[in-house]
Amino acid sequence: MAVLSGGGSGHEPMHGGFVGVGMLDAACPGAVFTSPTPEQMYEATKAVHSGSGVLYIVKNYSGDIMNFDMALDLAAADGIEVESVVIDDDVAVEDSLYTQGRRGVGTTVLAEKICGAAAEEGYDLKRLADLCRKVNENGRSMGMALTSCTVPHVGTPTFELGEDEMEIGIGIHGEPGRQRMKLKPADEVVEMLLEPIIADLPYKAGDEVLLFVNSMGGTPLIELYVVYRKAHQLCQAKGLKVVRNLIGPYITSLEMAGTSITLLRMDDELIRLWDAPVKTPALRWGN
Amino acid sequence: MDVTREGVFKWLERSAQALRENRDYLTQLDAAIGDGDHGANMDRGFQAVLTRLKEMADQDLGTVFKAVGMALVSSVGGAAGPLYGTFFMQLGIASGAKAALTPEEWVDAFEAGVKGVIKRGKAGPGDKTMIDALRSAVAEGKPLDEALRLAAAAAEKGMKDTIPMVARKGRASYLGERSAGHQDPGATSSYLLLRAAAETLVGS
Repeated sequence: MAVLSGGGSGHEPMHGGFVGVGMLDAACPGAVFTSPTPEQMYEATKAVHSGSGVLYIVKNYSGDIMNFDMALDLAAADGIEVESVVIDDDVAVEDSLYTQGRRGVGTTVLAEKICGAAAEEGYDLKRLADLCRKVNENGRSMGMALTSCTVPHVGTPTFELGEDEMEIGIGIHGEPGRQRMKLKPADEVVEMLLEPIIADLPYKAGDEVLLFVNSMGGTPLIELYVVYRKAHQLCQAKGLKVVRNLIGPYITSLEMAGTSITLLRMDDELIRLWDAPVKTPALRWGN
Repeated sequence: MDVTREGVFKWLERSAQALRENRDYLTQLDAAIGDGDHGANMDRGFQAVLTRLKEMADQDLGTVFKAVGMALVSSVGGAAGPLYGTFFMQLGIASGAKAALTPEEWVDAFEAGVKGVIKRGKAGPGDKTMIDALRSAVAEGKPLDEALRLAAAAAEKGMKDTIPMVARKGRASYLGERSAGHQDPGATSSYLLLRAAAETLVGS
């Protein structure tokens, strides 16, 4: 069983840094913030297919969806069984009736780790795809930015943000979020990110959760720890048990300063698969 | 007055030129409501098309259009790659083994291309996408040169009509109301292709 993902570049280490034992079998990078092409995905599919099928983990962006759809058609024509699961966990997108829908963000990293471990355990394609959907259904994220980012071939910042401003609900390509406002203390920012996440699923007292605090690229670990501290306190106050965590730059937006928080509701299966050994350039533990 | 292979080659070459000249303009439009890569992506795609055309000198129109579609799908990426790629592949399927298309056949092929884009992208009229320029451009029952001029004019209007629209598809849709007041970059590149068609597709 093989697990494949991909998307525009600029989010490193996702996805290339997650290729290795216990996570992805292949990653397809596009140009910066641009979906890769079906040809790339199709070639990668053929390269990793070992006879039992391939799972595509796709973030919910129109380009990624269309290109992975075309790759799936090409693979199907070769008789390769492919299941494609879309990650759409960004609660910042409220009006999903008239948009592409929620964006795929932090939960993608967790889904890749968990599904990679399940593939190692020998899950078949159907079970693997169901597991990926379960991760998506139980994961929610929201991010914020202190600065814009600059796509290299454009050369100017993707959006303008004043020195004393921040954008709450930012996407990983600099898409705008819910609102722009004056800077506030970190603890208040964490509340603004975590409250909508907790309200959305909803998570309830007693739930076991994985708390993932991510850097958008330009925010150092020390600030992520400040964010994590408050997020952990807020989870405790709601009766959520933080049973696992992940802190660091894993799904970035070039050099953007900012952070995102992801909460994943865990169960025994997810905890076992999260703890399983992983050996990739960006994520490694266990033997 | 038919659409010939010579006309199609000129159209694609003029399109590549127009996209290169408007690369920064498309990028600026995209930076305002998208992620600022449309100009670079379309330019890269049509340069790949020009390379493929060198091997297409003796091929029928179906083969030429399909090769153009494949070149775009495999070089552009993003959403524009599959959408423009699908447009040209559908043109190719509709053109078949013919070396030239009558005006009626051209209109049918063009409509098949637009339908393909709608099916692939699931966007409709008024969603602030390339569909707003393309769907305006189907003009029937006119001599070809006049039909192409009308199509380009209609596409220009369709493109400008996207300015007040609130995006409902693609990355601009996340902006909601904030997307109003900006011209859609995809509708703009579609207009550039149709303007190039009016300038070149029938021998001048």
